[in-house]
Amino acid sequence: MPLPVQREIDARGSFCPGPLMELIRAVRGSEVGDLIAVLSKDPGSRTDIPAWLKKAGHDLVAMEDEVGYTRFVARKVR
Amino acid sequence: MTKDVVIVGGGVGGLLTANLLARKLLPGGARIHLVDATGMHVYQPGFLYVALGLANARWLARDTRSLLDRRVELVVDRVGGIDTEASRVHLEVGGSLPYDQLVIATGCTLDYDAIPHLREASYTFYSLPDAQRLREALRNFRGGTLVIGVAGLPYKCPPAPVEFAFLVDEFLRRRGLRDRTAIRFLSPLNRAFTIESASKLVAPIFAKRGIELDTFVNVESVDPERHELSSLEGETFKFDLAVLVPPHKGADVAITSGLAGPGGWLGVDRHTLRVTGAENVYALGDATDLPISKSGSTAHFEAPVVTEEIAAAIEGRSPDQVRSRYGGKVVCFLETGRRQATILSFDYDHPPVPPRPSLLWHAAKWAFNRAYWYTVPQGRGV
Repeated sequence: MPLPVQREIDARGSFCPGPLMELIRAVRGSEVGDLIAVLSKDPGSRTDIPAWLKKAGHDLVAMEDEVGYTRFVARKVR
Repeated sequence: MTKDVVIVGGGVGGLLTANLLARKLLPGGARIHLVDATGMHVYQPGFLYVALGLANARWLARDTRSLLDRRVELVVDRVGGIDTEASRVHLEVGGSLPYDQLVIATGCTLDYDAIPHLREASYTFYSLPDAQRLREALRNFRGGTLVIGVAGLPYKCPPAPVEFAFLVDEFLRRRGLRDRTAIRFLSPLNRAFTIESASKLVAPIFAKRGIELDTFVNVESVDPERHELSSLEGETFKFDLAVLVPPHKGADVAITSGLAGPGGWLGVDRHTLRVTGAENVYALGDATDLPISKSGSTAHFEAPVVTEEIAAAIEGRSPDQVRSRYGGKVVCFLETGRRQATILSFDYDHPPVPPRPSLLWHAAKWAFNRAYWYTVPQGRGV
């Protein structure tokens, strides 16, 4: 069962601007405490997304591997 | 009975869809109205060149009528509301237009006010007046710290800030100011450019030209007195001249009509470009919330899809399965300065594999800049 979220962005097929840009955009537009999911099939997301969340002070709640893509779930902390 | 097609917005997506439909439909098959607020079509990639004194502003705009098929009626007016229940578009001055098929191609608006003091404390090249103001600031610049950054996502033409960094480096060298200037490129991501393969080309050139790269910097506020900006990630940066991409949002009419959320981006099907929750309504180009580049190129490749869907509906047939499906295609150039450029071509399933920057792609970009008026709005090559 995938974790229920406030917002889910299907960024599969997004090479430019890319899944991380979509996640940053969603975090900016969300409330503290919200859970945001982003779907990505870009292998770079596996390092980029956790690294940005760490630097910006938000939580990576889950990284769920699906067939052909990964679903990242983040919580806006501040 | 003659059907009515209304297209709102005369940018690349709206203008091209109007011309393609006029050509595709049989004479008398439909009345096509293109509604545009200014009646002028603007070549926005030219703003960058204006800011750097490389192009004249007069080259960037033409009368929409001169680019539009004569079978399309041009309505120069603002759209005050879209009523999808009654299938009508309300104009601010000229009453309202009924539609059987509606295309929303209302693009982006720049939302300077989302960041206090942004306009007084920084410069940008994302509109023609802004580019002209930046050109004056660069002419008067005598050295110091020049920062280039992004103050909101999403934004039009993701390569533009990178291109500006390369071209301003060249500009400052020409004026003998480069050794008195630190250029800092504040990337929203953990690399120079969003596409990893392109970033691998760009980052070494940044290093070679002495452009300092700071990563994970999403500009959140600007302090005009201290000449300092702060990032979403909690860092601050001093500057003498800041060139920032302002926050973007969708058109107000998309929000007030209840079709889009607070950001103004229209939810669409990524393949058919039908607006979610509305009948016979399509959106393309910058106006959508698709997680792909906001660029003229995107609209250029989306327009034939919308055209096929609408033509099929009017002619009472099923849309062609291939031509009515947008595959995410985008093609754009990335100027790296010193008369070199690369090209990025990709779709939903294929990431770009950019060639090494060369004179060839720079020449191709300039040929495109010149040929634009005779090719893109008329749909040559799509």
